[in-house]
Amino acid sequence: MLIFELSQPGRANFAQLPVASAPADDIPEKFRRKTRSLLPQVSELQAVRHYTRLSQKNFSIDTHFYPLGSCTMKYNPRGCNTLAMLPEFLARHPLAPESHSQGFLACMHDLQEILKDVTGMKGVSMAPMAGSQGEFAGVAMIRAYHDARGDTARSEILVPDAAHGTNPATAAMCGYTVKEIPTNDQGDVDLAALKAAVGPHTAGIMLTNPSTLGVFERNIVAIAKVVHDAGGLLYYDGANLNAILGKVKPGDMGFDVIHMNLHKTFSTPHGGGGPGAGPVGVSERLLPFMPIPVVTKEGEKYRWLTETDRPKSIGRMSAFGGNAGVLLRAYIYARLLGRAGMQRVAEYSTLNANYLMARLKKLGYAMALPQRRATHEFVVTLKSEAKDLHVNAMDFAKRLLDYGFHAPTTYFPLIVPECLLIEPTETESKEALDGFVDAMGKIRHEAHSTPEVLKGAPHSLPVKRLDDVKAARELDLVWKAP
Amino acid sequence: MPFIPHTQADVSAMLDAIGARSIDDLFDEIPAALRSAALQHVPEGMNEMQVGRLMRARADQDGTPLCFIGAGAYMHHIPAAVWELTTRGEFYTAYTPYQAEASQGTLQLLYEYQTMMTSLTGMDVSNASMYDGASSLAEAVLMAVRVNRTSKSKRVLVPRTVHPLYRKVAQAIVKNQGIVLEELDYDRAGGFIDPAALPKEPGDFAALVIPQPNFFGVLEEVDALTDWAQQHKALVIAVVNPTSLAMLKPPGQWGTRGADIACGDGQPLGAPLSSGGPYFGFMCCKQEHVRQMPGRIIGRTVDLDGKPGFALTLQAREQHIRRSKATSNICTNQGLLVTAATIYMSLVGAEGLERVAAACHANTRALTGKLCALPGVTPLFDRPVFHETALRLPSPVSAVLDKLAAQNILGGYSLHDDYPELGDALLVCATEVHANEDFESFASSLNAALRR
Repeated sequence: MLIFELSQPGRANFAQLPVASAPADDIPEKFRRKTRSLLPQVSELQAVRHYTRLSQKNFSIDTHFYPLGSCTMKYNPRGCNTLAMLPEFLARHPLAPESHSQGFLACMHDLQEILKDVTGMKGVSMAPMAGSQGEFAGVAMIRAYHDARGDTARSEILVPDAAHGTNPATAAMCGYTVKEIPTNDQGDVDLAALKAAVGPHTAGIMLTNPSTLGVFERNIVAIAKVVHDAGGLLYYDGANLNAILGKVKPGDMGFDVIHMNLHKTFSTPHGGGGPGAGPVGVSERLLPFMPIPVVTKEGEKYRWLTETDRPKSIGRMSAFGGNAGVLLRAYIYARLLGRAGMQRVAEYSTLNANYLMARLKKLGYAMALPQRRATHEFVVTLKSEAKDLHVNAMDFAKRLLDYGFHAPTTYFPLIVPECLLIEPTETESKEALDGFVDAMGKIRHEAHSTPEVLKGAPHSLPVKRLDDVKAARELDLVWKAP
Repeated sequence: MPFIPHTQADVSAMLDAIGARSIDDLFDEIPAALRSAALQHVPEGMNEMQVGRLMRARADQDGTPLCFIGAGAYMHHIPAAVWELTTRGEFYTAYTPYQAEASQGTLQLLYEYQTMMTSLTGMDVSNASMYDGASSLAEAVLMAVRVNRTSKSKRVLVPRTVHPLYRKVAQAIVKNQGIVLEELDYDRAGGFIDPAALPKEPGDFAALVIPQPNFFGVLEEVDALTDWAQQHKALVIAVVNPTSLAMLKPPGQWGTRGADIACGDGQPLGAPLSSGGPYFGFMCCKQEHVRQMPGRIIGRTVDLDGKPGFALTLQAREQHIRRSKATSNICTNQGLLVTAATIYMSLVGAEGLERVAAACHANTRALTGKLCALPGVTPLFDRPVFHETALRLPSPVSAVLDKLAAQNILGGYSLHDDYPELGDALLVCATEVHANEDFESFASSLNAALRR
């Protein structure tokens, strides 16, 4: 049932509406709407019941183990939400004067300093509203840096073949062409291929470390030297920062610019697809180009730095300086964790991943890189199951849903056939991990004995497997009144 | 205090299973030279009670002043049920609905959202959100340049009546692709783009941006502007306030053929002001352009048993499939805010949103009436407005605003920095949350501020 099918003309929630007001007789007819919109006319109870029921059709961290690789689906502390939604924070207008903003700006400034410390970068701007916007800001800064030096021949960004799709998409959005660098059979960037690819046309390289293969890039120092020697800059995709929080700083690895995903590492909610927050950190030479606004502290006063203070800035990423409410949640989380807590994040997310990997190996699952340590995640390949039993990674994923586990990331990274990318995070207990292992054991057994059970999965959810082809061919994107 | 459940016994058992002696061993592939020293500037951890005390003190510092600033972010009444439901864990802690069968709640809600937005805007299709109104405009510009095959131009005309911050964001995002945003100046008396003053031979351009209402609150001649742009083979990008659409002509009906893309900020639909975010951008377009639209799109389909269900669709446009050939790099968007907006729109309904729009407008008129009764305060423009208006003051605005702020009143947005040619100009806004006594105290404080 769609909410529109509950709608009746004449029904209205007067408790939620302003009292009737004077007619807008100063607005001429030609500017006016002639027909009423389709917004549903339902009672408050009908709406509450409808959306409560819809919510119950979701898997979520609060209800299920959610080992979605590269997404860091850890517990989102409720306290962070409650405190970020204090009435004064919710009511603060983004253009409020500094006299009425010192409390909020103090939080933003503190968070900037914390992020600088954990990344080892010289400056942080929290303007970008998601990881991909952070990537955009980062690559735009690389471009601005080269342009400012009159070095305009650099037209290419290097991206490993294991990278997130946002990396090449971002480079293209910034007007660059993209060249893929292969990964070697040990899961590290192919150094020889990299050396052959760099040159005076190289603007920079975008790297995720630990990589999307769930391993630490061991040649990072050598990679940094190759790219820097060619005049390029290094971009750090912070998708996997959780694995090294407080252990290794991207700044120490030689990166010039990084983005962080606060909705991953700093545990702000994923919200069914956002909002995120994608602050960027930069080395000394990129400081003048950082996106604005940035908070500064002068004496005991905080204020935003804007165009006047930062004339070389790449500019603004949002109308009002970023996803402030997300930044507040991240700040509260950082204060709860503190210095020692941050290191424990890396330690226990790594412990959980290596434990899961060891136990799945024992069950007979093949790892993409069996000889490597897992970081906070690892890749299983179901290549031989697909070949021998004709059940693929998607079938395993869908069957996991029946056992009450959200599926891992499937078919990513693209370079591993039939893969599952599994990230348990530090907030899961050993019991939860053991439950997942048990389910994977049962599914493995089913794959041999009753493969049709996997192919038809899920069996216990509100819908069975959906027809994606029909969805794309016969577009039905909007409900039409019958 | 990182929410880690492990006991010492758990850790030992897990290390045994791994075959490692210590957690530290698990980091042995990281070159020793890269291992960090302790964090210097991260404070010691606190418990929730201590952080609560800190955050309440910070919140108290900023207080809740009486606010008449609009300028793209509007305080509205938000029914309690909106955020009660939105922060249910099942919505709050889910992610992008990659596993459709385990995400039917979010997917159906997004399909309902798409339906609501197309109805409000009068467009054919909607995506499932962009980051905010300004970045949505930037993406609309990129999309218009891709879509417009009759024009090879990378010129897009942007009136100066578009929100100044939106113009800055659009510029920052599109300039890297060689797209040129060319400003159209406005009529000084009307505060709008006068169709009669449009260039007769504008040259080749890909699109015209039309704000409604514009940054000054003034209503643009959207029909004439739309027809003019489309006669010159350009696309029309509408930037609209969603609350206003309950009262104003939807972009899909502008001119003879309607706008091609409609975008804007969804904040007025259930998102608190919250220092500027998170809000969400919306984007709707004509059916024929849907394959060039960025962002997530939800489609209704059927499952193996023929039962209706919902799934992400047209993913071949997106970065995780098309990589460097994608329509945009956008991935995570503003799902939770769309959840709030969908619930908000269901709770107020079609008739309710009309009442909200009418009340906002009536209150702004009442406020304007009160303020313009003061000596030297006059309307800046002589054209119809919606729910926001620009005033001329008899003395420099920033000093006046400082005096008002000292009285705990945020008296509007100074137009001085963005529009120095307008002199002592102030943009003020009221919504349905304001009451008559608020206008009284604003007027009396403003009166005092002007006299001193």
